Amino acid sequence: MMQNQFLVDSAGLNEKALERKHRLEQDASSRTSHMEYMEGMERISSDILEKVTEAMTGYDYERYTTADVKRALSHDTCSVEDFKALLSPAAQPCLEEMAQRAKRETSRHFGNTVYLFTPLYIANYCENYCVYCGFNCYNDIVRRKLSTEEMEREMKVIADSGIEEILLLTGESRHMSDVHYIGEACKLARTYFRNVGLEIYPVNSEDYRYLHACGADYVTVFQETYDSERYETLHLQGRKRVYPYRFEAQERAILGGMRGVGFSALLGLADFRKDALASALHVYYLQRKYPYVEYSLSCPRLRPIINNDGIRPLDVHETQLCQVLCAYRIFLPYVGITVSSREQKHFRDGIIKIAATKVSAGVSTGIGDHESKYNGEEKGDAGDEQFEIADPRSFAAMYQDIADEGLQPVVNDYVYV
Amino acid sequence: MKDRDTWFLGGKEFHSRFILGSGKYSMELIRAAVEQAGAEIITLAVRRTNTKQSENILDHIPEHVTLLPNTSGARTAEEAVRIARMARELGCGNFVKVEIMKDSKYLLPDNQETVRATRMLVGEGFVVLPYMYPDLYTARALVDAGAAAVMPLASPIGSNKGLATKEFIQIILDEIDLPVIVDAGIGRPSQACEAMEMGAAAIMANTAIATAGDIPAMAGAFRQAIEAGRAACLSGLGRVLERGAAASDPLTGFLRD
Repeated sequence: MMQNQFLVDSAGLNEKALERKHRLEQDASSRTSHMEYMEGMERISSDILEKVTEAMTGYDYERYTTADVKRALSHDTCSVEDFKALLSPAAQPCLEEMAQRAKRETSRHFGNTVYLFTPLYIANYCENYCVYCGFNCYNDIVRRKLSTEEMEREMKVIADSGIEEILLLTGESRHMSDVHYIGEACKLARTYFRNVGLEIYPVNSEDYRYLHACGADYVTVFQETYDSERYETLHLQGRKRVYPYRFEAQERAILGGMRGVGFSALLGLADFRKDALASALHVYYLQRKYPYVEYSLSCPRLRPIINNDGIRPLDVHETQLCQVLCAYRIFLPYVGITVSSREQKHFRDGIIKIAATKVSAGVSTGIGDHESKYNGEEKGDAGDEQFEIADPRSFAAMYQDIADEGLQPVVNDYVYV
Repeated sequence: MKDRDTWFLGGKEFHSRFILGSGKYSMELIRAAVEQAGAEIITLAVRRTNTKQSENILDHIPEHVTLLPNTSGARTAEEAVRIARMARELGCGNFVKVEIMKDSKYLLPDNQETVRATRMLVGEGFVVLPYMYPDLYTARALVDAGAAAVMPLASPIGSNKGLATKEFIQIILDEIDLPVIVDAGIGRPSQACEAMEMGAAAIMANTAIATAGDIPAMAGAFRQAIEAGRAACLSGLGRVLERGAAASDPLTGFLRD
């Protein structure tokens, strides 16, 4: 099977740093245990990780047949076993049928609505070494952190474009972008936007409680891959290396009072069928434990990054991605499904008619460059981007395109209570 | 007879017995849907009106229509009260439909919290229409709490499955003196008609219309079905035989004194 070549050296690193980087990459014994919590990491009592891991480990998707898939599609409600069939290679010939069913489920739960939001990266400093990520601490990129004034300028430009839901993102540096800094960003964002979500490094439940009080109500954490052995080989250094602490982030966010939580694997890092199964089961089991919470799934595929433009999602082509999304929708009809600008226009236009309920627009994954991107004002000091986006449509263009498809673009469906 | 067949909510008189939802479909169609439905009441989610956009839903609703803001998004009575107050501040009037859900999967209403919220909101002067799971005790508690009507669900919201709770709604119709508005799960005009035949005061529908191929036309179809069901109810339904034919010789013919 083809593999991505993730490891890239940078001329900007000194000899000592390079040596450490290579040791981390080549010598597994130089790395810390990815299953052991680090100091200060909260441990909660939960059996969700165990349940998801057990189901994923026992999943042999090759044993499903087209008959299993047809049977699954004939059922009124989709069981876990049905979902496994829908994710299997045997389901691929039934993709159109799955799409028809998914469309019915989406329409039943969400009508014709499609929600719009935009991400705002406020800092790209990072203390982790995740080999596929543009923000990783060994990647030689321009690092930036927005000051309060800069944040406000960016937010104003975005809000003026008509966007009312914002997702605040940071790189994973607790030193350069601490919880208080993020909290201040939330407070500011609440004055410009109706809905504030976070995609930041995992924190303890008391920190989530603080961020909720600052105005955030949704927390998204990507597990990247649910294959913990593979996870270990991709996240070589930093707090992100601790697999169970990341896995339990959404549950801590719920305990901290957040209204909604988002999940995802980064498809292409490991066996995507197993990762898709685990992502959905992560939602499924948490929903049974915390039924009042709103859940959402994303489905990002690997994208090229600065200094490594060869990164690809490998065997996860659009067909497979569509299959995963249809299976998600049929299994979990009530969850929000977000499709980001990692995907191209034609795919996003198609998938909002089937399964997706939320799309980003007016996206930049860099730091402090909305003013130049939205208004054409040149600024030379922006921080570099996390990954290359594939759909550069503005909010206005996306809004119009959704309406032209006969769907209803929605900028807000939320109150902070 | 038809002209005099009106009903009241919070002292306000209504002719139409079709309460139209406004979520899940394009706003340009709302006006046409209201017209075809002949609706005098339209529900709207406060969280959807909470927008700075020019496409604010309120701009699309004709002025003569009574707004029925709902508290969707509330998970507790206190949150419902906060959302209802927001609705009042937004200029949506005094009517409020209490929706309290603690389950994001089925969106079933929490009856206990709904009773609590109803009591609190009535205390603040709202005309309260609580969305409820059709349970007789809850319906009685809602009457005691001062509700203006009760809104039992026919089947899970958005499911279009019709009167799955028919027997329980009938009990509420038989025992509760407030208007009973059948809400949620009504997927076809025929189901709306059936609920009206049973004696419902009105029907609330959203998804069935929002997901129709021709939204205004479906709104019109519901209107006709609701009117037909109401007329049937007022006329006194003819005898419907459940099983087989009636015996021509009475079973009690042997009785002598």
